[in-house]
Amino acid sequence: MNIWRVLSLLFGLTMLAIALAPPLAQFAHNDFRGHMLQHLLLGMLAPLGLVFAAPVTLLLGALSASRARSIVIVLQSRPVHFVSHPVTALLLNVGGMYLLYLTPLYAATLDNHWLHALVHIHFILAGCLFTWAIAGPDPGPSRPSLYYRLVILFISMASHATLAKLMYAYGWPLDTPHDLTEIQAGAQLMYYGGDLAELLLLIALFCAWYRAHRHDGRRRERLLLR
Amino acid sequence: MHDDNQPENAARRSLWSAALIGVGIMAAVDEIIFHQLLGWHHFYDGSTPVIGLMSDGFLHAAELIALVAGFFLLLDARRHRALMSSYVWAGFFFGAGAFQVFDGIIDHKVLRLHQIRYEVENLLIYDLAWNAVGLLLILIGWMIFRRGKNNTHVPNRATRS
Repeated sequence: MNIWRVLSLLFGLTMLAIALAPPLAQFAHNDFRGHMLQHLLLGMLAPLGLVFAAPVTLLLGALSASRARSIVIVLQSRPVHFVSHPVTALLLNVGGMYLLYLTPLYAATLDNHWLHALVHIHFILAGCLFTWAIAGPDPGPSRPSLYYRLVILFISMASHATLAKLMYAYGWPLDTPHDLTEIQAGAQLMYYGGDLAELLLLIALFCAWYRAHRHDGRRRERLLLR
Repeated sequence: MHDDNQPENAARRSLWSAALIGVGIMAAVDEIIFHQLLGWHHFYDGSTPVIGLMSDGFLHAAELIALVAGFFLLLDARRHRALMSSYVWAGFFFGAGAFQVFDGIIDHKVLRLHQIRYEVENLLIYDLAWNAVGLLLILIGWMIFRRGKNNTHVPNRATRS
């Protein structure tokens, strides 16, 4: 048993629990700062914990060889390969944020509970997908090179920071009950909180590089990602 | 990978890795001291155009990556016994100075992301001081670089750390 993976899982689950606990959920419903805090916990910090707990590795180890093999076949299938490509994950994750805050979608989630829940689920899943695609320890379809993934993470960080500043400067999302100071406070939280989460992911990516680079970088990396 | 212990290679690695850290640290100093402690310029100053905000986002991401990449490259150099401390310091000052001058000329004047300080009569003095500090840092880097070069004769093995 790997103690770090257990701690990682506990961290991820704690983040989910805090984000969905009634007091924060209530705050998030009325206040944009609360919404942003919830969003950071669900979409960025919880996925870090959950993905680095390596649940698929655990599952494969616990299953019989034939069942494990069928899961690996699914993991290496074309659709999984497409969805888990870093570019797809980037579009689903940060693209989803642009869609939520720069269109009337956010205002619509305030009235419709189902839509609201759907948005939360989207961000948890997209966050996990992106974290996995960039630096997750679980086996998956063959990934692009480390430099490629670094560039994708760079674009993600830059677009996230840009979106937060656009929201701060122009008061997006528009047509909501929140006033401008509240939205600006939420956007600052998004900027600095998003930074923290992406910095952690960046460090995780470099840790993987550091381990893979020990002897013969290329060969080890291929082995690790197989 | 075979020539890791060659002095020139070790010097180059030490210099470049530390330059990345210099860039990242200077950017962090700018954000912490001028944005947050002094409050001379801000998160958003009300006049930065959309294209400025975009380039600001890209710069910010690049700074963070430079900082983390620099530390990991130094760790890697140390592991391969290719760390030369004088070149590390030279690279650090080069990086810090280069960022300061880049920020002073490209960010403040060309892209006009923000100015150093608002509501002061003579912004030129602030701009000159800003870039002078940058040039001074580069000069310090150059002096350490020269000294390191004189102290490292080619036959030396680059195993200092």
